[in-house]
Amino acid sequence: MWRWIVWRDLMLAWRRRADMLSTVFFFVIVVSLFPLGIGPETQLLRTIAPGVVWVAALLASMLSLGRLFANDYQDGTLEQLLLTPQPLFLVVLGKTFAHWIVAELPLVLIAPLVGVQFDLSRETLWILFLSLLVGTPVLSLIGSVGAALTLGLRGGGVLISLLVLPLYIPALIFGAGAVEASVMGTSPSAHLSLLGAFAIISLLFSPWATAAALRISLE
Amino acid sequence: MSPGTFVQLTGPNGSGKTSLLRILCGLLAPAEGKISWNGEDIRSLSEEYVAQVTYLGHRHGIKDELSAVENLRISNALNGVSVSKERAAEALGQMGLAGRESLPARMLSEGQRRRAGLARLLVCDTNLWLLDEVLTSLDKGAVSLVRSLIENHVAGGGIAIVATHQELELPRTKRLELTT
Repeated sequence: MWRWIVWRDLMLAWRRRADMLSTVFFFVIVVSLFPLGIGPETQLLRTIAPGVVWVAALLASMLSLGRLFANDYQDGTLEQLLLTPQPLFLVVLGKTFAHWIVAELPLVLIAPLVGVQFDLSRETLWILFLSLLVGTPVLSLIGSVGAALTLGLRGGGVLISLLVLPLYIPALIFGAGAVEASVMGTSPSAHLSLLGAFAIISLLFSPWATAAALRISLE
Repeated sequence: MSPGTFVQLTGPNGSGKTSLLRILCGLLAPAEGKISWNGEDIRSLSEEYVAQVTYLGHRHGIKDELSAVENLRISNALNGVSVSKERAAEALGQMGLAGRESLPARMLSEGQRRRAGLARLLVCDTNLWLLDEVLTSLDKGAVSLVRSLIENHVAGGGIAIVATHQELELPRTKRLELTT
């Protein structure tokens, strides 16, 4: 049944490809604006690259989080999902996983390509890819709590950013920190381990929090 | 409430028909009292209980991007009942959607979408049906179809609780009139 939820959300995303592409384009454009604005100062670009790419990834995920539950809420399918004979946190986990594949994985894959604009070495690009791969599940997981809490509210899109962005700070610090360490020529493994630990903690707690928030939002 | 019961919920707008149905299916917690199924509180049964329930609300529960067949198959799969493509198409044909089952649901009319949602009643094997204003925007043919579906369900020992303003005129109807 879990697979059906993932499959359903992937199929829905495929039928609305434009939504998915707009997130990716937003990410690419925001990241590209910095080298264009700053000019060819390679040393400066290398220094700011980790922060810029990571912040752009956080903002891009804001664009897609609003849709995580809102569409299902409007057409009544979310009610039906709540009434399926399986634990709600599994439903939530399935939807969050699908969101990660649709909204975050493309960013992870394209990040090394846009990172080239910042004159990063091949090794640093690899670490950038790795840090996003470990860190973006955190964005989907914590974001799902915010999406569930703001469900059905007016101006939910702004509220979700205010609610979720501060919670992203640890992921941002360790994710960008790993890339920074690689730029400086030191080992990024400490940052990556902490980022991984943070991902595991959010995997353990956020599906339950989201499930509880959904029940409240649908009452 | 014993097996084979049909209850028609009536009452003016805002009298709490929808709230009652949502409480009965467990979406809403009752302010006081509890709902029991086979002697046990539905809050503690939860997953076992919802496996016995089909709830159709105001909103169709149909995804616009998916076709009627896909909608039907996915919603059943999520409820743990796998329905083959042929069976789904057959059920939709019975609901009068033959030839339109593969169109994206957004191209269907309001009544046709309602019919696609109601097709779930044909393929599910749950005991308790909770139907909320499901006859809205249906034509006469579809209303009599739904009527016979409910009749069969109740005759087979199921329970149906239906909130509607239209008269269904089923035999042995129990009436529950809510007041504001």
